[in-house]
Amino acid sequence: MKKQTIFDRLRRWDESEFDLTDALPLEEPVRRIEPDLDRDALPPIPRLEHGGVRTFRRLYPWMAGLLALVLVGFLLLAVLELPAFGSADAPAHNEVMARYVGQGTEETGAVNTVAGVILDYRAFDTLGESHVLFTAAAAVLILLLTATHVQEEPRRIRDIMERDPILRNTAKVLTPVILLFGFYVILNGHLGPGGGFAGGAIVGSGLILCAIAFGFERLERLLNYKSYCRILVCCLGFYSLAKCYSFYCGANGLETIFSAGTPGRILSAGLILPLNVAVGLVVGCTMYGFYAVFQRGRI
Amino acid sequence: MSFAANFPLFCIVLALLCAVVSGVLRWRAAAILTEVMAAAVAVMSAFVLALALRTGQSTSYPMGHFPHPWGNELRFGILEPLVSGVFSLVLLCCVVGGRKALNRDTEPEKRNLYFSMVDLIQASLLALVYTNDLFTGYVFIEICTIAACGILMIRQLGRTTLASVRYMIFSLLGSGLFILGIVYLYSITGHLLMPELKQSVGELWQSGQYRTPLRTAIALITLGLCIKSGLFPFHFWMPDTYGYSTPCSAGILSGLVSKGYIFLLIKIIFDVFGTEVFYASGMQTVLYVFGVAGMVFGSISAMRENDIFRMIAYSSAAQIGYIYMGIGLSPRLGIVAALFHTLTHALTKPALFLSASRLSEVSGGSKRFKDLQGSAHKNHAAGAAFAVGSLSMIGLPLTMGFIAKYLFALAAFREERFLIPTLLALAISTVLNTFYFARTLIRVYNTRDLGAVKPVGLGSQKRFAAAGALLAGLNIFFGVIAQPLIDLLTRGVALLAG
Repeated sequence: MKKQTIFDRLRRWDESEFDLTDALPLEEPVRRIEPDLDRDALPPIPRLEHGGVRTFRRLYPWMAGLLALVLVGFLLLAVLELPAFGSADAPAHNEVMARYVGQGTEETGAVNTVAGVILDYRAFDTLGESHVLFTAAAAVLILLLTATHVQEEPRRIRDIMERDPILRNTAKVLTPVILLFGFYVILNGHLGPGGGFAGGAIVGSGLILCAIAFGFERLERLLNYKSYCRILVCCLGFYSLAKCYSFYCGANGLETIFSAGTPGRILSAGLILPLNVAVGLVVGCTMYGFYAVFQRGRI
Repeated sequence: MSFAANFPLFCIVLALLCAVVSGVLRWRAAAILTEVMAAAVAVMSAFVLALALRTGQSTSYPMGHFPHPWGNELRFGILEPLVSGVFSLVLLCCVVGGRKALNRDTEPEKRNLYFSMVDLIQASLLALVYTNDLFTGYVFIEICTIAACGILMIRQLGRTTLASVRYMIFSLLGSGLFILGIVYLYSITGHLLMPELKQSVGELWQSGQYRTPLRTAIALITLGLCIKSGLFPFHFWMPDTYGYSTPCSAGILSGLVSKGYIFLLIKIIFDVFGTEVFYASGMQTVLYVFGVAGMVFGSISAMRENDIFRMIAYSSAAQIGYIYMGIGLSPRLGIVAALFHTLTHALTKPALFLSASRLSEVSGGSKRFKDLQGSAHKNHAAGAAFAVGSLSMIGLPLTMGFIAKYLFALAAFREERFLIPTLLALAISTVLNTFYFARTLIRVYNTRDLGAVKPVGLGSQKRFAAAGALLAGLNIFFGVIAQPLIDLLTRGVALLAG
C-alpha cells in the first residue's frame, strides 16, 4: 500500500468521524507530504453513515450559513449606528489623536506620524507584533521542518524555471531594484510612508523572486537556517532590550540616551530608525523563510 | 516608585528574550532556560505582590515616556502578581514533570522550538494579566494562539494535526470576534486604554447614545474570549486538543492558556465595561446559563469516555462552566469564587494530565480504562498525584475544589434569583464528577488480577515527583488554609473594581 499523506487521513477521518475513529491509523506519526500521490490507489473509504448522521451532515452547511447571516445582520445593524467615516465630531477625534498629530513630530522626532505612534507612543504593542512574526515562523518550522530527510524541489518545476529566459532575465533586472527599494522604504520609515513592516515585505519578495529564478542553492550562501536564526535572534533581542531600556526610563522619569534629533534628517527620531531596520530584517527574512519552508521543507 | 514596580516589565521582556534565544540553543539549554525563567518570574511576582500589599493600591506603569491615554500601560494590584505567580509555578511544574513524555513525543531537532513556544506563552500570559490597554491584550492573544497551536502540533500524529487545525479554527474565530469588538468600541469611544474606556463606556451607557454598537462590542468581546477559553457549547475542540497532545502541552493549554483568557475577561469586565454596565447589558445571564449548561454537559460527555485523557479533557469543559457560572452570578463574591476556581483548576488539571500520562506509561502505553487497572500500584507517585487531583475536582474537603464549590454556593445565597438553579447545578455536577473520577480512581487502585508488580521508584522519576508534589501540595495547602487566599482575592477584586 502506498504511504498516505496527511490530507488523505484528514479526508478519511472526516468522512467517517462517527464510526471509524478507532480503526484508523491516526496514531502513527506523519512524516511528510508526498506531492505526486495517486488518489485512485487508496483503498475505498467505507461508508457507515446512518440516517441521523446523514441528515445532520446535509443540514449542517445550511444551518451554519444561516447563523453566519444572522450574525452579519446584527453586525451591520450596529455599524449603521456608528459615526460616519471621516465625520469631524466622531469620538475618535479626541485628545489622543490631537496629540499624535499635533505634537508627534516634536515628541518622537519622526516626520511620519504612523511610525511615531507605533514605535514610540504605542511601542509595546509593536514589540508584541514583531514577536507574533517570530511565533508564526517557529510554528511553521515545527509543522514543516524536515530535518531527517531533506526534500528536494520537484525536479520538473526546477527544470522549467532554469530553462525560462524571460524569468531569469527579468529577475536579473528586477531583483536589485526591488531590494534597493525595500531598503529605502525601511530606512526612510521615520521620514515618509513606509517602515520596517512594509519594507521588510518588499525585501522578502525580492529574495523570493531571486530564489524562484536562480534556485535556492545560490541564495543559501547568503541566507541559510543558521544565519536566519542569527538574524532573528540579534534583531528581536536588540528590539526587546532597547525597548525595555526605553520603557524603564520612561516609567521612572529618566532621560534616555536616544534623542529625537532634528526631524527630517536621516539620523533622527531616536530609536525609531534602528527599530525599523530590525523589524525590516525580521520581516524580510521570515517572508523568504516561509516560502523556502513551504517549497522544500527547510530554509 | 519602588524598584519592584519594574518587575512586570522585566518579566515580560525576560520571557520574550528567552523565547527568541531558545531558537538558536540546543534543546537541553533551552529547557533549562525556560525553567529558570519560570522560576524567576514566580519570584519577581512575589516581590510585586509584596509591593502591592504594602501600598494597598493598584499601580499604573507607563510603557515609555507617555502616560495614558497616549501610550501603552501596565497596571497591577494584588490579583495580577498573584495570578501570574501561580501561572508561572504551574508552567514550571508542567515543563519539569512532562519532560520524559516530551522526549518521547517530539523530535530532538525541533525540541528547542517547543521551549521557545512555551516561553512565548509565558510572555503572553503575563502581558494578558498585566495589561492596562485593550489592544495590547489582542496582540498577546495572537501570540498565545499561535504558540498554543505550536506546542500542540509538535507531536506529529495524525490526530494532533487534526486537533490543532480544529483548535486553530475555534481560536481564530474567538480572536476575530474579540478584535471586531475592539473596533466597535474604539469607533464609539476613541480610546484603547482601559481607564479612559471605562469612563467613556459609563458615559455612553448613561446617555443612551450608540447603544447598539456598545451592546454589540460587549457581546463580541465576551463571546470571543468565551470561545477561546472553551465555554459550552464551544468546547468541542477540547477532547482532541488536550487528549492527544503531549502531557506537558495538555497541562499548559488546559491549566494556563484558557485561564489567561478568563482572567483577561474578568479584567475587562471591571476595567473596561464596568460591572454596572456589564451586568445591565444582559451578558451576565448568558454567561451564567451557558456556564451551568457546561457544568452538566461537560460532565456527561466525560462520563461516556473510555479514554482517560479525553475524560480529563471533557472534565475541563465542566470546570470552565463553573468559572463562567461564577462570573455570571455576581460582580463581587461570584467573581472571587470564579477566580478561586480558576486557580484551583490551574493547579489541578496539569497534575491530572501529568500523572495520567505516567499511569498510562506503566500500563503499556494504553489510555483505555480497562488497561489502566491497578496502574497506581505500579507507580505510586503518579497514583497519589492523580488521587489528589481527582478528589479536588470532585470537591472533597481539604482540597481547593471543596473551597471553590463552597464559595460558589455562598455567592448564590446572596443572589436570590440564581439560588435554586446554582445549588441544583452544583449538586448534579458534583454527583457526575464523583461518578467518573471515582470510577477512574477505583480502576487505577484495583488490585484484582494484578499479580506481583515492581513499582516504579521515586529515584527514576525525580522530576515528575517534584512537580506532582508541588502541585498536589499547593492544592492541599490552600484547601486546608484557604482563608488567606480568599482574603487576597477579595482585596484584589476590590482593587480591580477601583
